[in-house]
Amino acid sequence: MNAIELANVSKVYRRYSGKQFATLKSALLQRSILRELRPNETFPALTDVSFAVAKGATYGVIGKNGSGKSTALKLVAGITKPTSGTVRVDGRISALIELGAGFHPEISGRENVYINGIMLGLSKRQIQERFDAIVDFAEMREFIDAPVKTYSSGMYMRLGFAVAIHVDPDVLLVDEVLAVGDEGFTHKCLDKFSEFRRRNKTILLVTHSLNLVERFCDEALWLDAGRAMAHGDPKRVVGAYLTAVEQGEEQLMAATTEKAVDTSAAAGPADPTSNMFEATEGRWGSREIEITDVTFLGSDQRPAHIFHTGDSMAIRVKVRAKKAADDFVFGVGLFNADGVCCFGTNTYLEEMNPEELSGEAEVTFTIDSLDLVEGTYKVDVAVHKRDGFPYDYHRLLYTFRVKSRTHDVGIYRPRHRWQFSPNVRFKPGA
Amino acid sequence: MLSNLANLVRYRGLISSLVARELKARYRGSVFGFLWSFINPLLLLLIYSFVFTTVIPNQVEGVQPYQLFMFCGILPWTWFATSLSDAAGSLIAGGNLIKKVLFPAEVLPIVNVLANMVHFFLGLVILVVFLVIYRHAPDAWDLVWFPIAVVVQLLFTVSLALLLAALTVHFRDIRDILANVLTLWFFATPIIYPHFQANVQRFKPFFNVNPFTHLAVAYQEILFFNGPIGHWKWLLALGLVSVPLFLACYWVFDRLRDSFAEAV
Repeated sequence: MNAIELANVSKVYRRYSGKQFATLKSALLQRSILRELRPNETFPALTDVSFAVAKGATYGVIGKNGSGKSTALKLVAGITKPTSGTVRVDGRISALIELGAGFHPEISGRENVYINGIMLGLSKRQIQERFDAIVDFAEMREFIDAPVKTYSSGMYMRLGFAVAIHVDPDVLLVDEVLAVGDEGFTHKCLDKFSEFRRRNKTILLVTHSLNLVERFCDEALWLDAGRAMAHGDPKRVVGAYLTAVEQGEEQLMAATTEKAVDTSAAAGPADPTSNMFEATEGRWGSREIEITDVTFLGSDQRPAHIFHTGDSMAIRVKVRAKKAADDFVFGVGLFNADGVCCFGTNTYLEEMNPEELSGEAEVTFTIDSLDLVEGTYKVDVAVHKRDGFPYDYHRLLYTFRVKSRTHDVGIYRPRHRWQFSPNVRFKPGA
Repeated sequence: MLSNLANLVRYRGLISSLVARELKARYRGSVFGFLWSFINPLLLLLIYSFVFTTVIPNQVEGVQPYQLFMFCGILPWTWFATSLSDAAGSLIAGGNLIKKVLFPAEVLPIVNVLANMVHFFLGLVILVVFLVIYRHAPDAWDLVWFPIAVVVQLLFTVSLALLLAALTVHFRDIRDILANVLTLWFFATPIIYPHFQANVQRFKPFFNVNPFTHLAVAYQEILFFNGPIGHWKWLLALGLVSVPLFLACYWVFDRLRDSFAEAV
């Protein structure tokens, strides 16, 4: 038995270009009402999306901004109608799309609770019965008789949430509302969702919190540009989504790196007096030995910009010496987004004495295990003399990203283990 | 459409609490609060009294005291005109509800009309007080027609309110056009001059096609003039016309309904 069923649903928003159809006057004057009633541009928000949510299931919808998640939710809520296809919902719906929509700022919280409740389909008596529960849930007892315009946005949101959740729907639609509350309230909301699940109610959840989807949902759907990319097991869908996001980031990062290198190259040999501890991008040096290419390589020896904590990463540097040199040092530095140097070394520090370098050459610096916490890192690559005179210094021109499933903090993530005596126990599983 | 219309009955609880909210919120924060519903028409009446007894004394035979005569027409007109201008902007003002909550949009213009009707009733209290002060008693039997006039006006006003609300979503110009049309309409209706004036009689067909003529004259005959009401046929005719008008306007509203969430 399905609580929600969408079959081949498409939603096309019409757009009327600015100048036409802007006013009745222009439409009348040009006698073109009929012509201009036709949209000159359409925007497909959802294209041929089908999914079904079983009664009592919790269903997550994920995707980038503008991928059609909220449109899908509005279709289920009945706020908008599909352009084609069918939407079927079984049971009473409560939509947590915009909390406190319809609160009137001038009147008290108490009166707004009543009116909001009636709007959501409760009778006056039902609200009376639930009023105390609503106010307690919102933690608003002190302020319930003050006009809503005096509320903070958090209070507003809590009260809106409390009313909507006490409508006691069969189908609860949630649109990214958990992001607004403080930690304590968010937990309360999650507890309430768990209670809903226990009572075999259906929840449709639109969120950016992948963690929540993995933990809470029985099934998930990934929308991208209005199309269903994957649905089914949340772990699998989230994984597919993350991979796609990484690919997108990868391309973006490659593009920014290319741009940084291009602009610094165009700037020519820059000011050699720059303080090398100042975290500004740039490139300087005499270019007697020139760095022609810097590439990050993953463990598969393919160029990459996204790495996972613990992966191996190699920095491959191609250089060209205009004439043979006998004084050269290769250096590498890693900086985090705050400009803090995480690690820096060079061949001289590691006691490699230069003998000769000529023509085209390749240098690869490999980190066997990238033990860094999640974040964006920038890299310095340089060739210079032993006394520091720069041949070619690339300052913070290259960017890579480290991803991690654990949200640990700091910079360095040492290999570690926990050990416990037998009287310390944790729940099994995640 | 008909099932939506039937749903409207289900929403009566919502409508009544929204009307109550509208009235409460209207004066919230002001010192006199709800008294303004009385003070406003009272001040209006006093101004008219001053103008038409002192500044330009009006001595039309059989229409004395003139300010009370005018007041009988102005009160329902205010209900009508304010309802329409409120309703025209109602869907845009309530955009949040239409876009974010599954909410029957027709409730919004209807709430506007009803809230203004309550103000109309409160204004009537002032009128009655002054009728007593001036010892100007209308015929008791005519008062039977009063609720009928109110129902006819309600139906007529709701029809136009629905139509305007729906169209204004797509053509925002309507709000400004409406303001001017209402001013013209006011003066084209025998409200501040009696309908039996020679000039009015000369253009009788013109006045007869103006629906509000019949409402204004009916209210004047019920509340102000002595003698049996002579305008009841017109009033009933307007009532009969209002039924298909309402259905037509509701049909337009219903057709446009799905566009509201996207257009507001």
